[in-house]
Amino acid sequence: MSDIKFTIDGKACTAKNGQTIVEAAKKSRIYIPVLCHFDGLKPAGTCRICTVKVGGRFMAACTTPVTEGMVVENDTPELQEMRKQIIEMLFVEGNHMCPMCEKSGNCELQALGYRYKMMVPRFPYLWPKRSVIADTPKIYLDRNRCVQCLRCVRDVKTSDGKNVFGVTMRGGKAIISIDKKLAAALSEEAALKAMNQCPVGCILRKEIGYKIPIGQRKFDTKPIGSELEGK
Amino acid sequence: MGRKITIEPVTRIEGHGKVTIQLDDSNNVTQSRLHVVEFRGFEKFVQGRPYWEVPALVQRLCGICPVSHHLAAAKALDVIVGAGTGHGLTPTGEKMRRLMHYGQFFQSHALHFFHLASPDLLFGADGDPAIRNVIGVALEHKDLAVQGVMMRKYGQEIIQATAGKKVHGTGAIPGGINKNLSAAERDTFLKGADPLNIDKMIAWSQGALEFFKGYYAKNKDFIDNFAVFPSSHLSLVRKDGALDLYHGVLRAVDSEGKKILNDVDCQDYAKVIAEEVKSWSYMKFPYLRSIGKEKGWYTVGPLARLNVCDFIPTPLAQKEFEAYKALTNGKPNHMSMHMHYARLIELLHSAEVIKDLLKDSDLQKKDLVKKGKKQKEGVGIVEAPRGTLFHHYRVNADDQVTMGNLIVSTTSNNEPMNRAVNFVAKSAFNGKKEVTEGMMNRVEMAIRAYDPCLSCATHALGQMPLEVTLVDSKGAVIDTRRK
Repeated sequence: MSDIKFTIDGKACTAKNGQTIVEAAKKSRIYIPVLCHFDGLKPAGTCRICTVKVGGRFMAACTTPVTEGMVVENDTPELQEMRKQIIEMLFVEGNHMCPMCEKSGNCELQALGYRYKMMVPRFPYLWPKRSVIADTPKIYLDRNRCVQCLRCVRDVKTSDGKNVFGVTMRGGKAIISIDKKLAAALSEEAALKAMNQCPVGCILRKEIGYKIPIGQRKFDTKPIGSELEGK
Repeated sequence: MGRKITIEPVTRIEGHGKVTIQLDDSNNVTQSRLHVVEFRGFEKFVQGRPYWEVPALVQRLCGICPVSHHLAAAKALDVIVGAGTGHGLTPTGEKMRRLMHYGQFFQSHALHFFHLASPDLLFGADGDPAIRNVIGVALEHKDLAVQGVMMRKYGQEIIQATAGKKVHGTGAIPGGINKNLSAAERDTFLKGADPLNIDKMIAWSQGALEFFKGYYAKNKDFIDNFAVFPSSHLSLVRKDGALDLYHGVLRAVDSEGKKILNDVDCQDYAKVIAEEVKSWSYMKFPYLRSIGKEKGWYTVGPLARLNVCDFIPTPLAQKEFEAYKALTNGKPNHMSMHMHYARLIELLHSAEVIKDLLKDSDLQKKDLVKKGKKQKEGVGIVEAPRGTLFHHYRVNADDQVTMGNLIVSTTSNNEPMNRAVNFVAKSAFNGKKEVTEGMMNRVEMAIRAYDPCLSCATHALGQMPLEVTLVDSKGAVIDTRRK
């Protein structure tokens, strides 16, 4: 089947059948911010940071397949402002203390905050009371920092396919939980993978924090998105 | 008519405090107190946090000498991860930390002398307050001001190269360090473009000492007689009695120089030191258990370190140390203004140590971290620029901190600073009805000599105007002055 033709901000792009806007944009080296999306995982569309406009409607670019002749708006003042608001809301609805967080410099939420020039939060802090889970041998789960992207729920499984992470409660009270028995049995490789796919500092491999010096962390020298934009 | 004088807040110190001076009907000082009016909650904040986060977390209680807290916490956690204390780390781990620490000392002592203390020396206690500040120094003594800025910059660059950032880095991790020093970084510090190289820093440190000694020669009466009172002194020393700012054993001497704490292992600090709480200050009052609450207080900081140690293990500073000790015939020095003298000797010592470390090839090695059998409790003690700094933590089986206790240097200097204030208040205020700016500044100079960091002893934010209020014995305000 021939490639699907569409445009992003007027630039001609192509996509394979079934590809989402985020996937096709990446192929064309156009950056659309993502947080809940993770390459190789089934899209969840939970964070909406990838919101684009298609035919005058707001759509999640990570879940929307490209169609022939689609006209996508991405880098517009309206969408940039909306994304900035989403980032600010994510910050105020959790307890994010970047200055002493070991994920600082490797955190995608923090990197997006810098990209969208978040200076002061315009929304009131909610200061939710969230507990940490520390009584597993390899994983430290700091739910103060969770943005409920569900990457861990979708990605971290035991060798026989059981979910290690899950969601308990509903709506505003929804919170990530961990199966401690399964977590205790995670291999070293799986524990590191769990930490690395978490976009924030919620899932941590115990006892290795701050090992990467400042200056060598993921976003210290390369701002998020620069890998596509070449800036 | 009795009256109460309030100096609030005290200026050109790190942090936020106030002084109250109570006068009787004959205008004689009956009581004076330095109050520290903010609250620090870091012992509470760390509870429940993962232990490896602590060095990055607790250093946030201060932006002035976070390196000291960073390292004291890391040393406590070295014990917890089974790496032992001091020399238990890999050579690269320990020496990188030492470089960070002496870089911190260098910049902090330079900051204090050039920016905070020198205005009083250059313009006098009664000098015009409009120019008696760092801007005045910059305008009228440009060379000195530039040296102060560049020396601070050099020290800050060392901190950045070792900790990752000039303020609030993450270099020290439990069991070691997260980076070594590249050969390029080393060469920049050793042979960088003038003036940012170690030989110039040593020369300028000697210059600062000469400047002070020149001032001292002309103002001996003032320097020798300003806030003089007997005190015990405490600091870390290397096991052989050498000055060591990073690691050692706890030693204290009484006012005559007799050892009253004889080279105690840091892990046992709580057996020999206790803390008293008083209702009028958020700072606690530490004391030596063996002597008791009343007389067990002690001084820490540059004066104490040079009173406690037997020698300084770098040649230029040792030579200055010998001349300094000769002033008191080898006995403990109790003259508060000599704190500046001692601080400048340490400034020179720090520069010499930095040079020695930079020439050590261990800094380029890659064995950065060491761990062993995990422990539930650890104590880390360093000499911060302002004095001995204690960090003590306990962790549970889930790697969470369950207890944290910090005794910061300014806390230890609480009683000495109060005594210094009392000494100066009596000589400046006794019998005076009107408060002058110069009188207020003398009280501040006594506090300033200690280079106190009140934001670290508690926690503070904001600017520091100064207000002095005269209140009669019934509480009525009879005079107020504000800077």
